[in-house]
Amino acid sequence: MSDNIYKPYLMEIENIVEETPDVRTFRLKFKNSDDAEKFSFKAGQFGEYSVFGEGESTFCVASSPTRKGYIECTFRKAGRVTNALANLEMGDTVGFRGPYGNTFPIEQWEGKNLLYIAGGIALPPMRCVIWNTIDLRDKYKDITIIYGARSVSDLVYKQELKEWEERPDIRLITTVDPGGQTPEWKGETGFVPMVLEKLAPSSENTVAILCGPPVMIKFTMPVLKKLGFQDKDIYTTLENRMKCGFGKCGRCNVGKVFVCKDGPVFSYEQILLLPEEF
Amino acid sequence: METTRKSIRKQSLEKLYNLLSASRKVYAPVIAPDKQVEYKYNPDFAEVTFEHIRSTLSVKNVVFPKVENLFFYSNAKTESTITDIDLNKIPEIVLWGTHPCDNAAFDILRSIFSWDINDEFFSKRFEKLVVIGLSCHLSDEYCFCTSVGLTPNSAKGSDILLSRLQNGDYQAEILTEKGNGIVTLSPELFEPISGEEVTVTEVKQKFNHEQVTVKLASAFENRFWIENSLRCIGCGACAYVCPTCACFDIQDETKGKNGKRYRSWDSCGFGLFTLHTSGHNPRQVQSQRWRQRIMHKFSYMPERNESLGCVGCGRCSSGCPVDMNIAEQLEALQNI
Repeated sequence: MSDNIYKPYLMEIENIVEETPDVRTFRLKFKNSDDAEKFSFKAGQFGEYSVFGEGESTFCVASSPTRKGYIECTFRKAGRVTNALANLEMGDTVGFRGPYGNTFPIEQWEGKNLLYIAGGIALPPMRCVIWNTIDLRDKYKDITIIYGARSVSDLVYKQELKEWEERPDIRLITTVDPGGQTPEWKGETGFVPMVLEKLAPSSENTVAILCGPPVMIKFTMPVLKKLGFQDKDIYTTLENRMKCGFGKCGRCNVGKVFVCKDGPVFSYEQILLLPEEF
Repeated sequence: METTRKSIRKQSLEKLYNLLSASRKVYAPVIAPDKQVEYKYNPDFAEVTFEHIRSTLSVKNVVFPKVENLFFYSNAKTESTITDIDLNKIPEIVLWGTHPCDNAAFDILRSIFSWDINDEFFSKRFEKLVVIGLSCHLSDEYCFCTSVGLTPNSAKGSDILLSRLQNGDYQAEILTEKGNGIVTLSPELFEPISGEEVTVTEVKQKFNHEQVTVKLASAFENRFWIENSLRCIGCGACAYVCPTCACFDIQDETKGKNGKRYRSWDSCGFGLFTLHTSGHNPRQVQSQRWRQRIMHKFSYMPERNESLGCVGCGRCSSGCPVDMNIAEQLEALQNI
């Protein structure tokens, strides 16, 4: 990459998965093999994805750093850039710059149980770290994933959910909101906090990683506390509007903390110290 | 470099100016027909003013242009290509007659643009900048440089600092190698100091910025922000005239198949600044945006960038359409 910190890598769309009617996953390959070789990232980091002419949009890298040669991103059609991205086809060019931000401290989690709790479109920011720890399976004890969506059709990564479900070394619980189930639905029906309460996983030697809409977080936190989880053992990611991704454009800060530099990964202990500005 | 003091006659200043203006871009203050002070490239020396208090806009655009192209792109059917900007083409710019507050602002901008990751667009422009500053012999009620650790004749950020002497000639403090480079163009213009006193205006200290920073650490939830931003109309003028505001937006502009990605000045005073695509906005109301502005400059920057985000030029207050006065507010904040 040149000294121009705003210049993106050129990426080719190698594969597109239509996760739900408005959510897509792209597999992106570096057009320049030198770029591919030099590029590395860690679980939790994000980037700026662009369609030239429409602008840039911020999302995490959704694939695991253990899977080399490509990156993946999952996005919902919501604004100008994500709609333009959704209109692209295989072989088209996407700009990508990154990786930016901090990472999930997975080395610190070695030898512990991992409890992943995700809601809706918040599984993608967690997918990277889930695969990362699954690919290093020996280093961790029990891995539990609780994933909830509004309805069966809103569940993303359906293929992988099946894969995780079939693996004996992962416990996967999927749930949909009441009314979102289909006659064939075999998972749970109910909101994530209630499913968590019913499951009642032990907080002993366990780290909880929590991503989801604010309302889910709000009602899941008390359940985790009741189960005995300490603030320092609960992790989440913050998302704020960004332009540059490296602490200069001035819009993603929560108090003195810059989500792009100090985050996006925060422990709940750190979150409690932040002013209410996110 | 050790500072050397020389004296330069009024007529010699004209010679120096003409010498510089003949060979490079010189950005100097003039009084526009509407009586506002603005900076122009290479105006005639007769037009250049030595009697201004502050220009309407700061001079930060020489290192941080209002709009700056980041690269060009070209879109074909599936293929896009990128053409870089040649930053080596950035010309040397001599700033002429800028006041100490504006000159001190460059290092504050640097503290943002070089924070961990170096922004070449800024640093290349900054490298090519030579500052011939002018101490203030005039000031008004909006000036508060002495409240933020500066003075009307502080040398920070200047390569050469001129100060008016009582006999109308100028003292020249040569502060850096860049400044020395200017002197060597015509060393005979710089004469030994005459013993004349410099005439510097007096700016009354209105608040203690260190105390303000201490107060702000626990003022996030204070009612102060609501009470003091009620009349703010969120126009963003304060950010556009500010010499240290560095927040920017990034946008694309396409014509046919070709286009450019550029950055442009932005303001934390705008509601759209932090608006998420979902409709959620972490700074939903104007009081939160006003708090961000003050907190960023006087609390977050001292801690994160090791610089205070204000030089006391007074432009945000003199240019505010609803007469919000930042120095008055900071004085009040110091005592909450």
